[in-house]
Amino acid sequence: MDSIVVRLAGDSGDGVQLMGSQFIASTALSGEDFATFPDFPAEIRAPVGTTFGVSAYQMNIGADPITTAGDAPDVLVAFNPAALKVSLPLVASGALLIVNNNSFTARNLSKAGYTKDPRDSGELDSYQLVSVDIGRLNLEAVKLLGLSKSDGGLCKNFWALGLLMWMFGRDLLPIENWIRQKFAKKEIVRDANLGALHSGHAYGETAELSEAIPRFDISTADLPAGEYRGITGAEALALGLAAAGELADRPVLFCSYPITPASPLLHRLATLGELGVGTFQAEDEIAAICAAIGASYGGVIGVTSSSGPGIALKTEAVGLAVNAELPLVIVNSQRGGPSTGLPTKTEQSDLYQAVYGRNGDTPIPVIAARSPGDCFFAAIDAVRIALRHMTPVMLLSDGYLSNAAEPWRIPDMADIEPIEVNAAPEPDQTREAQILAFARNPDTQGRPWIPPGIPELMHRLGGLEKDIHTGHISYDADNHQMMTDLRAAKVESVARFFPPQAMELGDAEGELLVIGWGSTYGPIFQAVKQIRESTAAVSYINLRHLFPFPEGLGALLGNFNKLLVPEMNMGQLSTLLRDKLGADPTPFCKVTGQPFLIAELTDRIQSMLPPVAVAKEDSR
Amino acid sequence: MSAALTAKDFATAQEIRWCPGCGDYAILKTVTKMLAEVGAKRETTAFISGIGCASRFPYYVDTYGFHTIHGRAPAVATGLKLANPDLDVWVVTGDGDGLSIGGNHLLHTLRRNVGLKILLFNNEIYGLTKGQYSPTSRRGTRSPSSPAGSVESPLSPGQFALGSGARFVARAIDTDKAGLGEVLKAAHAFDGAAFMEIFQNCIVYNEDVFADFTDRKSAADMQLPVQHGEPLLFGADNEKGIRFNPEDFTLEVIDATSTPEQVLRHDQTNKVLAQLLVELTAPVALGVIYSSPGDSFEKSWYAPRKNGLQRSKTVTDALRSTNTWVVN
Repeated sequence: MDSIVVRLAGDSGDGVQLMGSQFIASTALSGEDFATFPDFPAEIRAPVGTTFGVSAYQMNIGADPITTAGDAPDVLVAFNPAALKVSLPLVASGALLIVNNNSFTARNLSKAGYTKDPRDSGELDSYQLVSVDIGRLNLEAVKLLGLSKSDGGLCKNFWALGLLMWMFGRDLLPIENWIRQKFAKKEIVRDANLGALHSGHAYGETAELSEAIPRFDISTADLPAGEYRGITGAEALALGLAAAGELADRPVLFCSYPITPASPLLHRLATLGELGVGTFQAEDEIAAICAAIGASYGGVIGVTSSSGPGIALKTEAVGLAVNAELPLVIVNSQRGGPSTGLPTKTEQSDLYQAVYGRNGDTPIPVIAARSPGDCFFAAIDAVRIALRHMTPVMLLSDGYLSNAAEPWRIPDMADIEPIEVNAAPEPDQTREAQILAFARNPDTQGRPWIPPGIPELMHRLGGLEKDIHTGHISYDADNHQMMTDLRAAKVESVARFFPPQAMELGDAEGELLVIGWGSTYGPIFQAVKQIRESTAAVSYINLRHLFPFPEGLGALLGNFNKLLVPEMNMGQLSTLLRDKLGADPTPFCKVTGQPFLIAELTDRIQSMLPPVAVAKEDSR
Repeated sequence: MSAALTAKDFATAQEIRWCPGCGDYAILKTVTKMLAEVGAKRETTAFISGIGCASRFPYYVDTYGFHTIHGRAPAVATGLKLANPDLDVWVVTGDGDGLSIGGNHLLHTLRRNVGLKILLFNNEIYGLTKGQYSPTSRRGTRSPSSPAGSVESPLSPGQFALGSGARFVARAIDTDKAGLGEVLKAAHAFDGAAFMEIFQNCIVYNEDVFADFTDRKSAADMQLPVQHGEPLLFGADNEKGIRFNPEDFTLEVIDATSTPEQVLRHDQTNKVLAQLLVELTAPVALGVIYSSPGDSFEKSWYAPRKNGLQRSKTVTDALRSTNTWVVN
């Protein structure tokens, strides 16, 4: 078998996320490729048994390069009726459904909105149903340890994990080790979890029903040679920021205010002190960006992070950093909007905000990460641009990328170019410090980075318009035009340092070009790849640089008859392509809070291809 | 070793854009004089301000300076102090900037005890936006935005600071060179957040709002200069004193000549006394009202970081600090 999609679903408190991440850890060690999609409610502990409290973890495991968490699950593990109810519309026909019998009580069925028990109603006839007394068997496994019924019940995720491990022929040792380490100080919990894990595994092996439970043998993935680790987007971004600090030989100060789904970045960076990273949990979003600006003013790489609503609050301060010509990185882990919107769901709807969303003519470079591992390189790119041009840079991630995991080939730091800073100039008695402080590099418009402490270079900064040469306050009419032009030229100059736009798939000319950005990379890649098995008429690019666009992008777009832009918003990149390049793309929009499915994309792409190509596909 | 700096060395050549007669001139002069007297280094001193008349201050001091955005100076200054805790960082703000739009930042800066010297110029009015009532304006203040008189109760900056957990709270009058100078020096020497309320006279929009106690004629009877360890005396001949009234937990004025034993001694480490002193209106307490040192935020923040913000581990190692596997 080449690949399989597994979805685990249960109550928020059922430990589904933990079960999924542990299964994935064992997947990595088995040499398979994977992608994951944790899908959880905004409530920490929503009322038990309700459909809105369902937490799920979907994973796509296999031999082929895996870039999405998969369209339709082949295996569903449902801990209660609500989880079954919510997940059933997603799963593939004929899928294997493993349900926890003990949770199918009248009360739980009614909470989930079932009037009849779906196990008997015929509703599940087109699936392969395996009903297991997960709750009861788990309690039997742990009862000798003297745990209360409710405490013992908490182990059922490990019981189910044991069964899953058996189905996939996995070695239990790595999970046993993890449990021993994690619960080293809570012996009873450790032993209960181990007991539950073993009991679930043994159940697969010995139960009379075991014939009904299929086993899966996934081929090992054909990944490029190298040393690998599993990584989530938030982890990769954190390590990437630390790596950027190392490459620039400057400390990093990360100033942030907690917000879903951006907080994992703060949590991860808080553990990276040894890498020259400091973290500051500010009193609000505005203080967070202002402290980051203060840090940059002090000669440290200032970084702030939030999600859409928090980014909105930071906006005025972004303008200050533009005016003061200070480096700054702003990370937006986008979520569903508007307002508080869908905190735990993914969306790409903050592109307008990033590119256009400030008072004044206040351009800043905007870049996007496309996969969990890519967040590492995107963070380095963002810091590189910020320091080279002395500008704030917006780095767009999203809720899906933050939490999704994939195997990642560990890069060699020696292969990554060091980051140069605009060093403070040598003191020059003949020139005023104010003039030295604003003597900009003509290629980048970056001014020298002069933190307080240097006697000869004392200067003053501010948010008021300043004289283009001296940096003193200036209300001069011509000067304001020149400074506005200068700020625009600075951001334009960023594009001169980009490599030419890479083709992800296909030729640089043809019938249809699919243009994506950010986390749609995975599903679009798979969809275009599938279609290209029958026709070469479609090509695909993923844009790292959203503002400014890479030079030559307009010409590349002109080489195609049609352009399709799939986005998890109402067509924001399409607008940008029209605005900046005069292109006429067709938007393909999805704002359900869920990533694109490969099938939705292949359908849409097919509809844009000439009939001959479609016929070819049909005859395959 | 270069010659000692003078007040003039701390002044810039910038044309000052405050109204003629504004109290800010006097404050600027006393601040530059103080910087020279305490032997401050220009290059390791930074003035950070928000928006408002007071916030023009950094342009006129020849040190490092950053005129930021409305209300956010304490946040910018916190980031700067974390980046380089060796800097002397002064925050210049006003009653609107610091207590209205930036109230949250001031609160948390004081609570954390970030090592910033915070000058709050209180003139009980919005000056730069042309005279609207501010959060410290008294009830009934008539202004363009309150033509019938303000119906809001004013905030007490001293109570706000103490309630926020400030460990240093002092007060001075803009034109009182000696009193303001002493307060500034004490703040400079304080390790932690030092909050100073400076009564500043806005001659255009709120002239003489503090005249009841700043007026030369009434000063002796209306000002209570406090000194740690000294009795709380005032009046032309120090004939009046402050007593604690245990019946209703207030401070009251007594005749210090007849019952000197009842006059309280100032204890700047006593927070309850500080809370009572900042509430007095006749007389008005001036000087270092509260000073109770504790670990500064930056000191605690750096304590577990043996190498400061320097690296002690490589990213190459960090990338491998989890399960890894090799694909051949």
